[in-house]
Amino acid sequence: MRRLDALKAVYPELEDCAVVTIMGAVAAELQSLGHRPNFFYLQHAMGLASSLGLGLALSRPELRVVVLDGDGSVLMNLGGLTTLARYRPRNLIHVVFDNESLLSVGGFPTATATGSDLAAIAAGAGVPRTATVRTLDRFRAAFADARAANDLTTIVAKVEAVGPSAYVTDLSLLENRYQFQRYLRDRRPKE
Amino acid sequence: MPVSASSSSLIYRGLKEGGVRMVSALPETWLVHLIRMAEEDEGMTLVRLAKEEEGVGISAGAHFAGVRSAMLMQNHGFLAAVNGIVSCAQLYRIPLLMLISDRGGFGERDPWQTEGGLVTAHLLDALRIPFQRLESPGHVAHRIAQAQTLAYSAGRPVALLLGRDLMWEE
Repeated sequence: MRRLDALKAVYPELEDCAVVTIMGAVAAELQSLGHRPNFFYLQHAMGLASSLGLGLALSRPELRVVVLDGDGSVLMNLGGLTTLARYRPRNLIHVVFDNESLLSVGGFPTATATGSDLAAIAAGAGVPRTATVRTLDRFRAAFADARAANDLTTIVAKVEAVGPSAYVTDLSLLENRYQFQRYLRDRRPKE
Repeated sequence: MPVSASSSSLIYRGLKEGGVRMVSALPETWLVHLIRMAEEDEGMTLVRLAKEEEGVGISAGAHFAGVRSAMLMQNHGFLAAVNGIVSCAQLYRIPLLMLISDRGGFGERDPWQTEGGLVTAHLLDALRIPFQRLESPGHVAHRIAQAQTLAYSAGRPVALLLGRDLMWEE
């Protein structure tokens, strides 16, 4: 499975979600499918996409939050999985694209290349629903299941170590950040 | 435990008056009362962290979502959070209110705290994070309010260093 195809498979489902991605290929590929104001690309701070998603999900239970993470990033913040599980935001879907490498910086293998199992780690941390998927059909189904379950889910999607030719896009970081914040503000429920 | 309950209450009240509705924290001796107050307050979401850097992401998410937050940590926790502060909070202009217990200064008895005490203020300066010390009850409310005001107007992290004279009663 290619990550770009996996993103295409769920792209229509992301329309009504607050989406947080990691830097690098995930951000560039999602933008290549079409940027939306409800997409925020955390273009550094590796490991913190899931923490940022947790902050969003706890602050706004009416939102559905989707975090598009990667193996290299998750491995930098494994403790964050325990925090995620501890607060168990039912409105958060955590997708981890696992290409078993740090693709954008030379493709060096991560620990998932030698057997570390991120879905098992998430389950061990206490995430109530986890899955590892290797095909587009299984990914699409796991994502739909997660939506229907309304519970914290980590989906580890095993993907090929291929990415876009460039990572920098013409969307400035701060433009994206303020647009995303404004999107969330405009959809704030009336108190 | 000689951690000052009255100073902790003053600090907590300052946060509440600033509209803070979420705090992330890792336990540290000087913060025990503050963490308990957050825990017992139905109007506060307390997020217990595994490591302080997570708190930066959580506060960024809360900010985007329209919720005011603060981080409670020891200065060693601040050291552990530096990359997140730079590459999330500073890069993305997040108003981040950090309350940092300033261990390792004069009067410190724990040998393991002493190195952190030597570098905290220098590191804040190096990161261009504006900070003030909370040292006596009289200025606590005012300085918390001022720190929060600057955090929002600048769109940047700010820090309040909680000092021994405020937090510890012997």
